[in-house]
Amino acid sequence: MIHIAVEKKLKAYHGQQVLRVNRQFAAGSTTKIYGPSGSGKTTFLKIIAGLVTPEKGMVKVDAVSWFNADARINLPPQKRNTGFVFQQYALFPNMTVRQHLEYATTDEAWIKRLLLLGKLDTLQEHKPDYLSGGQQQRLAILRALATKPQIFLMDEPFSALDAKMKTELIAELQILLKELGTTTLIVSHNPQELDGWADGELVFE
Amino acid sequence: MDLSPIWLTLKLAGITTLILLLVGLPFAWWLSRGRSLFKIIIEAIITMPLVLPPSVLGFYLLLAFSPQHGMGKWLQDVFNVQFVFSFRGLVLASVIYSIPFMVGPVKSALQQLPSALAEASYTLGKSEWQTFRYVLLPNIKPSLLTAAVLTFAHTLGEFGVVLMIGGNIPGVTRVASIAVYDAVEQRDYGMANNYSLILFAITFVLVIGVFVFNKYQAKSPLI
Repeated sequence: MIHIAVEKKLKAYHGQQVLRVNRQFAAGSTTKIYGPSGSGKTTFLKIIAGLVTPEKGMVKVDAVSWFNADARINLPPQKRNTGFVFQQYALFPNMTVRQHLEYATTDEAWIKRLLLLGKLDTLQEHKPDYLSGGQQQRLAILRALATKPQIFLMDEPFSALDAKMKTELIAELQILLKELGTTTLIVSHNPQELDGWADGELVFE
Repeated sequence: MDLSPIWLTLKLAGITTLILLLVGLPFAWWLSRGRSLFKIIIEAIITMPLVLPPSVLGFYLLLAFSPQHGMGKWLQDVFNVQFVFSFRGLVLASVIYSIPFMVGPVKSALQQLPSALAEASYTLGKSEWQTFRYVLLPNIKPSLLTAAVLTFAHTLGEFGVVLMIGGNIPGVTRVASIAVYDAVEQRDYGMANNYSLILFAITFVLVIGVFVFNKYQAKSPLI
């Protein structure tokens, strides 16, 4: 069980707005998150990952406090075991496909499985600059899964994939994440693509 | 022709570049992260050698390290180390004089990398040092090389600072730029020309090397 109750000021074009979320997520569940641009969806994911610090509130995962403003607890991102798929991928230009995964894990069998899942096994020695947009996006997803995260945070993870690839990948991801028992939060501007997968939704105003 | 000023110059530039790579990179990294008044002041101080006349810098270094008083006296008394009119003094002065050439380009390059690169690395459980070593540094390689070559070339061209703190001792502190000045004073234009040509050739080749490397980097498909 993940319990998040946070407040964070957001910079907006028209003055300031405050992001307020109070929500629980069951372990192993998948939640789709949507809402207008600038409503704080990405910030919310970053708060969970420890990349952004809220002004108030707490983030509690099972019995462990990841963040608590009153108790001054703030676990660094390294200790939170989240997988984060960045909207702009944030791939490492100096690393090949394989090196991206090897940087995150030493589990060779897991790397092989991920490469097959993302259909990147034939492109292992390529660097991001020599991958298509869809291949880059798949690599970003695989890299985030490499650490077998407890919470999987995806920011518009399927935007560059064609319909067929998206359907196949989502089916594979569902199996894999269920196996890991990972709790998944997906920001999507096209929430219908997650019908049949997501068991909950969070709408940002 | 006495080539010792050329060798001394190359040795000085090499050691200075090496020290600045070791000290300057972590320093540039620190400066590239966040902004505070303290960092602004530190950055201003290390930028001073860019705008100050080298003789001013050399003068203060001479005062600071003079074995008659202050820090220089303490170093002399406690460690029996003298910086004035010695090669190690030249190294110290060169490191201070060239620090902006190493720190400036590396800092800007680090700041231009998307912050998501480091963030992605952190979420993979990697420490700040691992992130710096395996993600950030490799992705600023062209700027790193440019900074190292600029530092090297700038040290080759030092004159005022070196003359102030090192003087003109053959084989110890007489670097090529001082040998040129010395030769001109003695109206030995042939000798001045020899040293000058060698310095010109070395720096020209270095700069060409950087251009070629950076072009190759941009085009390389896999490496």
